[in-house]
Amino acid sequence: MKYLEEFNDPAAATRILDDIARNVHSEWSIMEVCGGQTHTIIRNGIDQLLPGAVTLIHGPGCPVCVTPLEMIDRALAIAARPGVIFCTFGDMARVPGSHQDLLQVKAAGGDVRLVYSPLDAVKLAKENPDRQVVFFAIGFETTAPANAMTVVLAKQQGLRNFSLLVSHVLVPPAMSAILDAPNCRVQGFLAAGHVCTVMGMAQYEPFVENYHVPIVVTGFEPLDVLEGIRRVLFQLEEGQARLENAYSRAVTFEGNRPAQKIIEEVFQVCDRQWRGIGMIPQSGWRLSDAYMEFDAEQRFDVGTIVATESELCHSGEVLRGNITPPECPSFGVECSPRNPLGAPMVSSEGACAAYYQFRRIEVLEPIRR
Amino acid sequence: MCLGIPGRVEEIWDVDGTRMATVDFGGIRKEVCLAYVPDVVVGDYTIIHVGFALTRLDEASALETLALFRESGLLEGELGSV
Repeated sequence: MKYLEEFNDPAAATRILDDIARNVHSEWSIMEVCGGQTHTIIRNGIDQLLPGAVTLIHGPGCPVCVTPLEMIDRALAIAARPGVIFCTFGDMARVPGSHQDLLQVKAAGGDVRLVYSPLDAVKLAKENPDRQVVFFAIGFETTAPANAMTVVLAKQQGLRNFSLLVSHVLVPPAMSAILDAPNCRVQGFLAAGHVCTVMGMAQYEPFVENYHVPIVVTGFEPLDVLEGIRRVLFQLEEGQARLENAYSRAVTFEGNRPAQKIIEEVFQVCDRQWRGIGMIPQSGWRLSDAYMEFDAEQRFDVGTIVATESELCHSGEVLRGNITPPECPSFGVECSPRNPLGAPMVSSEGACAAYYQFRRIEVLEPIRR
Repeated sequence: MCLGIPGRVEEIWDVDGTRMATVDFGGIRKEVCLAYVPDVVVGDYTIIHVGFALTRLDEASALETLALFRESGLLEGELGSV
């Protein structure tokens, strides 16, 4: 397929890797903040092809994984209500809450629907005027324009039976939190390409200046990721800290203005809990006052929620980049995609799922012995 | 979640003032919303995320990047062998 195959060329990948090997002489640690890039890295063994002195740290780049447990429990409580059609992206369906997941609520009689596009949820609301349709609006900045459009349309069409359970998260505040942590090892970032298609690049300029870290906006195909890594490494070797765009076919400096405009209208910045990480100030979006009537949290009183994490799951440390998934004692033993203890083992973007799918055999060897 | 797939816009129409399109992903066709890419026309490639086009793919930039990959390290390799 055009724009995919060309960016998978092994000969070009070898040339970039050779260039890195020739020119990188010191030890460096780089973080990618996008689960899609984490999967490209692990699936193609990019981390193993790089010189040993280069460490890739997987950041909290999976929105499903960082959606707070309390919010998932709230979703489960709303989805279990009679008269509710609860719509969610498929990625969220098997993410464990304190006691169950959305598919288990469905099996017990809840009307849970997996949708491809948030617009499918609006359509369901139109077709089912006697039911309450709730959409679980999660995601990074990439997903916000699509989620925002649902309430714009619901307002236009006077759909009083539609609401959003919003748990949006923002990438730059998470990067600040990572850089401000006392044990931070990150020296450069690959910035998530699709977040930047929406938000542009300007929001990263303060990082480059204040923290003196190179940031390279990077795509998702193997050559895109390698080029991002090369550019960050070359800056580090030169003692530079610049903002660069290695995904110029999809990202412009200013981003998508029409999308930004709707986001500003529909959402408002708020403090947000990140699962496994904790509270990050000003790191999320909630509905703005103008759209508060569509807030599912206000529409459905589910009482007090007491969220309890699995004691066996170390996904918080994985999400903070402190350990890799195979270093978790439960990895591949108590925890697998069929029986996940934490969200990173469920989501198609989770780091644990990436290692389980593509590194399981070598990881399981020491366990067997 | 931020998975975005490139696809070619095949047909564009209007639903109550919102631009919609059929987009071809190498044989698989899906209906997507073009509300955020007002200047996209039939034949353009876009990145689609959860049913929405987020950006028009810039062919010139893509070709430039590919040319860069082709030449990557070649010059240095040649100079190094002198």
